[in-house]
Amino acid sequence: MSTTNMASTASDAQPPTTPPPTQPLHALPQPFTTSNLEVLTQGAEALVYKTTFLTPSTPCVLKYRPPKLYRHPILDKRLTKARLLAEARVLVKCRREGLSVPAVLGGDWESGWLVLEWIGGRTVRAVLDEWVHKFGLRARDGKTSEEEVKRELDEGLMEVVAEEKESQEAREGLMRLMQMVGRAVGKLHEIGVCHGDLTTSNLMLRTPERKEVVGRGPPRMTVSAQREAAMSGQDPPEVIPVQQEETKETNSLEGDVVMIDFGLATQTIHEEDRAVDLYVLERAFTATHPAAEHLFQEVLRCYGESFKGAKTVLKRLADVRLRGRKRTMIG
Amino acid sequence: MIAIGLEGSANKIGIGVISHPSSNKPPIVLANLRHTFISPPGEGFLPKDTAIHHRAWVVRLIKQAVQQAGAKVSDVDVICYTKGPGMGPPLQSVALAARTISLLWNKPLVGVNHCVGHIEMGRAITHAQNPVVLYVSGGNTQVIAYSQQRYRIFGETMDIAIGNCIDRFARTLMIPNDPFPGYNVEQYAKRGKNLVDLPYTVKGMDVSFSGILAAADLLAGQISDDVSYGKRLKSEEGDLITKEDLCFSLQETIFAMLVEITERAMAHVGTSQVLVVGGVGSNERLQDMMGLMARDRGGSGFATDERFCIDNGIMIAHAGLLEYQTGVTTSLEDSTCTQRFRTDEVFVGWRD
Ligand SMILES: Nc1ncnc2c1ncn2[C@@H]1O[C@H](COP(=O)(O)OP(=O)(O)O)[C@@H](O)[C@H]1O
Ligand SMILES: [Mg+2]
Repeated sequence: MSTTNMASTASDAQPPTTPPPTQPLHALPQPFTTSNLEVLTQGAEALVYKTTFLTPSTPCVLKYRPPKLYRHPILDKRLTKARLLAEARVLVKCRREGLSVPAVLGGDWESGWLVLEWIGGRTVRAVLDEWVHKFGLRARDGKTSEEEVKRELDEGLMEVVAEEKESQEAREGLMRLMQMVGRAVGKLHEIGVCHGDLTTSNLMLRTPERKEVVGRGPPRMTVSAQREAAMSGQDPPEVIPVQQEETKETNSLEGDVVMIDFGLATQTIHEEDRAVDLYVLERAFTATHPAAEHLFQEVLRCYGESFKGAKTVLKRLADVRLRGRKRTMIG
Repeated sequence: MIAIGLEGSANKIGIGVISHPSSNKPPIVLANLRHTFISPPGEGFLPKDTAIHHRAWVVRLIKQAVQQAGAKVSDVDVICYTKGPGMGPPLQSVALAARTISLLWNKPLVGVNHCVGHIEMGRAITHAQNPVVLYVSGGNTQVIAYSQQRYRIFGETMDIAIGNCIDRFARTLMIPNDPFPGYNVEQYAKRGKNLVDLPYTVKGMDVSFSGILAAADLLAGQISDDVSYGKRLKSEEGDLITKEDLCFSLQETIFAMLVEITERAMAHVGTSQVLVVGGVGSNERLQDMMGLMARDRGGSGFATDERFCIDNGIMIAHAGLLEYQTGVTTSLEDSTCTQRFRTDEVFVGWRD
């Protein structure tokens, strides 16, 4: 930790130098080596790699919890073991109960690794980021009626309409996503599990597998146009298969929600634990995507309908929130 | 531009004078004075007594600070004071002083959020651009990250604050309050070596410390000399567990919890910089642990020394001046205090 000592003026202070990257940061446990692995993320507590399982065409995830240097070794061992076991047990239980979670393919709690089924898709975090980036977050009060669309088309505002339509579709897609999240959390709670770290990074949207790439559309520029461009000394434009792009985009909100990262999970049916789970998710939502707060209402609505007792959890959530805000904050 | 800052939200009164030479030059600290109200061992500080302490010191410190800054009253552009959060009576006594000099000197006022003061001061000193901030003090435990004009709270304590937990732990073990309980716990911890199991409670990016206090009460009973040797708490090797061991175990456990939730927030927002602010941020073990974690993520940890991480007037002057420069002032009618004032309520108009 660099403690900058500031003498009489702040300008004396020098920014601490960032230590040079010392990758690889950790040696991997047997039988894994960095050579046959692709680093996915350095998650909150684990290093996550993509590799293959049994056959070279079966992708899987290696989740390795390296010793945390900052932690006392005894505490570190205790926590790593507890979390790895909690994660494996809960994943197995969830699978048995028919929930969407990755399958456990193997693991070793002594050396701290688990091998999990590969989930093809993105985190909900990434989906939301993309959405915020793409459409901004204007509030929409009225829906555009068919007639209005027609009128605007007539008035030559077609492009605007097309964009609006796309954003409308995305909005509906997001609502569906929120509903899936609400139901998934409800189902988890119903089987007696609380996640313990429900954030949008720990929810994935699994994209449905598609057999073929659909619709290779015509390039944006005709061959002769390209030739002309080349002759006049311009760089040849990239040939973009237009339709394929579009297909990918409109489908990007399709799929099912898969929960991951169960290291802090507990087997409990207490209202309080359930409410705290929702509170953690709500905060992850509003802190990273402040403008997406209204989306979370949809998560709660669907959660409320997902199992007997969900409504009382929502009431409890109100208490937990209040406690959060009421907490005295003394400097 | 020059600002004077008045801080008194807890048991310290601080007066600072800062100058912001121009928008792209670093601020200059002209004066930074502080006086702490210290309560006897085994006791916390009461709001009423603390307020009396602050009232007794405020005039003296303002005079000294202005003198030390080598500034004339006419050079001062704005008077900044802590609006909250904090303990009511001490906050009020200091706000009253701020209002008084505002009228006396005919200068505008800016009410400052104490937590934002810590964050801005930490950023200014360490030059950490956009770090995840761990704010740890007697009354606060928050993991914060900046996004869209606000300091948003990602994680926090679900019950008591870290500093409060340390103070009460110290009181249970009858560890002295001078200079402050956390400092003494840190010194004891340096001599401890046996790790005793304590409740470790992390929920997502939130933490809970109340279980630790309950455990501390039990443990304190088991290490007391009044207890027969056979019933005394021992390590696996059969050594008697000491106060030092308990302080060591306390720090190892609660700091690991803090580092863990900070790391979670860093992974979630995708940054590798971390800044620790607030009084507990002066703990070297916490700083070391944070640094190790950040290094493991290919980044770095930042902290300020005790002049700036323990409550002070400079940070209030600095954050207040940043706000003043965006055209915001607090009118006399609005120059109240509030015990509860969340970090994310402040509109951060001075950042992109
Ligand atoms: N089964 C999986 N399939 C695909 N990607 C995964 C899988 N598990 C984890 N990931 C990716 O790795 C990241 C971190 O994994 P996670 O289990 O959440 O670890 P951590 O506890 O460190 O947060 C996830 O956010 C996700 O992007
Ligand atoms: Mg995760």
